[in-house]
Amino acid sequence: MKTIRIANGQGFWGDSLEAPIQQVERGPIDYLALDYLAEITMSIMQKQRARDPKSGYARDFVAMIERTLPTLVERNIKVVANAGGVNPQACRDAVIEVAKKQGFAGKIKIGIVAGDDIMGRIDDFLSRDIQLKNMETGEPLSGIRDRIQSANVYFGAAPIADALDKGAQIIITGRCTDTGLTLGPIIHEFKWPRNNWDLLAAGTIAGHIIECGAQCTGGNCQVDWETIPDMWDIGYPIVEPNPDGTFVVTKHEGTGGRISVASVKEQLVYEMGDPHEYITPDCVADFTTIHLEQEAENRVRVFGIKGRPATEFYKVSISYTSGFKAVGTLVYSWPDAYKKAQAADKILRQRLEALGLKFDEILTEFVGVNATHGPLAGEPSPDIAEVQFRIGVRSNNKAAVERFTKEIAPLVLNGPPTVTGFAGGRPKVEEIVAYWPALIPKSAVEPAVEVTVAE
Amino acid sequence: MKVQLIKLAHARSGDKGDTANVGLIALKPEYYPILVEQVTADRVKEHFNGICHGKVERFELPNLGALNFLLHESLGGGGTLSLKTDAQGKTYSSALLRMEIDIKDAVL
Repeated sequence: MKTIRIANGQGFWGDSLEAPIQQVERGPIDYLALDYLAEITMSIMQKQRARDPKSGYARDFVAMIERTLPTLVERNIKVVANAGGVNPQACRDAVIEVAKKQGFAGKIKIGIVAGDDIMGRIDDFLSRDIQLKNMETGEPLSGIRDRIQSANVYFGAAPIADALDKGAQIIITGRCTDTGLTLGPIIHEFKWPRNNWDLLAAGTIAGHIIECGAQCTGGNCQVDWETIPDMWDIGYPIVEPNPDGTFVVTKHEGTGGRISVASVKEQLVYEMGDPHEYITPDCVADFTTIHLEQEAENRVRVFGIKGRPATEFYKVSISYTSGFKAVGTLVYSWPDAYKKAQAADKILRQRLEALGLKFDEILTEFVGVNATHGPLAGEPSPDIAEVQFRIGVRSNNKAAVERFTKEIAPLVLNGPPTVTGFAGGRPKVEEIVAYWPALIPKSAVEPAVEVTVAE
Repeated sequence: MKVQLIKLAHARSGDKGDTANVGLIALKPEYYPILVEQVTADRVKEHFNGICHGKVERFELPNLGALNFLLHESLGGGGTLSLKTDAQGKTYSSALLRMEIDIKDAVL
């Protein structure tokens, strides 16, 4: 039975720069799947492109290609990455430059998947009664229309499989689903029919298991976490799919971490909604049909997966500006560390009120006491060595948030004693970019797949 | 006897907007029916009093020996709007494992 190895080398925007290198150099793989986009990334990239039409994509990806290209070519490893951001064409051009510099002109086919960026088409959609209502709250888009920073459709595996069918070795997409980066290569390799919902669901779940990188290989794993070996050198995941829809999750020999039924289960439930319907552009996968079995050390076999037909919609992610926020911190030491931090909070709030500053929200947390588990953590020991006072504010009034940032440091000299931790200076005011999830009929948008040779 | 869930289960949590999800997974297959019986949506809502301001939904995954909980209105607005240290609810997994439930002495 034919099998292939698809490796994940980047679980999110900001993941380890060494992970994709490890996946290419430490053992055999056929595909390298890389996720470079977080929700916030698209709005940042829109701003970059507005300043410079040749930017607006993930530069880390081009640096990664620079380091690995000779090996990728020599071993015919294919790369699928959503590194294109809001400018897949410019990302392709940058990769072509690297290929030419390294003497691979004419030897590499590069594919792009575009068409996801609908920023310039929103009014057209609205005029055609495609409302892009908030799919969680039902609110109309008109409330945020003038504050939109980016708008992208999530495409799935299909255009990636199309680009591979056309012979591309490196595929750069704009916004697409994380699972599509894995399912696309499987559809291409096994020529899976695009309406075999059980198979598509299996490939989607393979993608879900590896899409967060080392979070399925022992990273962030609660079971026996202290005994997970060599976490400094943790192996990133590899999936070995079979044509029948079963697959194995594994990692390179000699890397750290641990792949167990427990580590895979934790990743399966991560960010889960209704397990009966995990909806992607490609299919609806049923997580209640997944079966797992430890086949060998660091090898978990996955089988039994069922799926249902895809829906008629793509998901759209729209980002928009939504006011300002800032967070400041100070650290209080023993004795009475918690009492001092609580007193500081009271004093600061009185001062903000005396200044007449109004906020949509003020939130105080005491790190070391209740910042993660809130009231569930109970009262701390009266002898607690130190407590960090952490206070944040949010408002549409930028001036109010700015004034707040100037009220933290004075507490060091004019508030409760034995306090430190202000060396970073005043907190920064941050403009909030919020998200608007919506649906769009599949008939309204078309992925644009282009494959070119790096000449 | 009373036992903390951390003796019977492990968990992972994440976010979608202002909703946190907590996946609760039995450490042994024989613990799963106990979780199904004892860790109800109502009990989880009560446990997260002061943290979860919306409703709690529960889904069963007998194939994985797991329950999935959706905790609505639990992340201070969610995503970038939230002022919380844990705006993504990443530590709600272990917060759930603090819960105490009643089991027969012979189980452990």
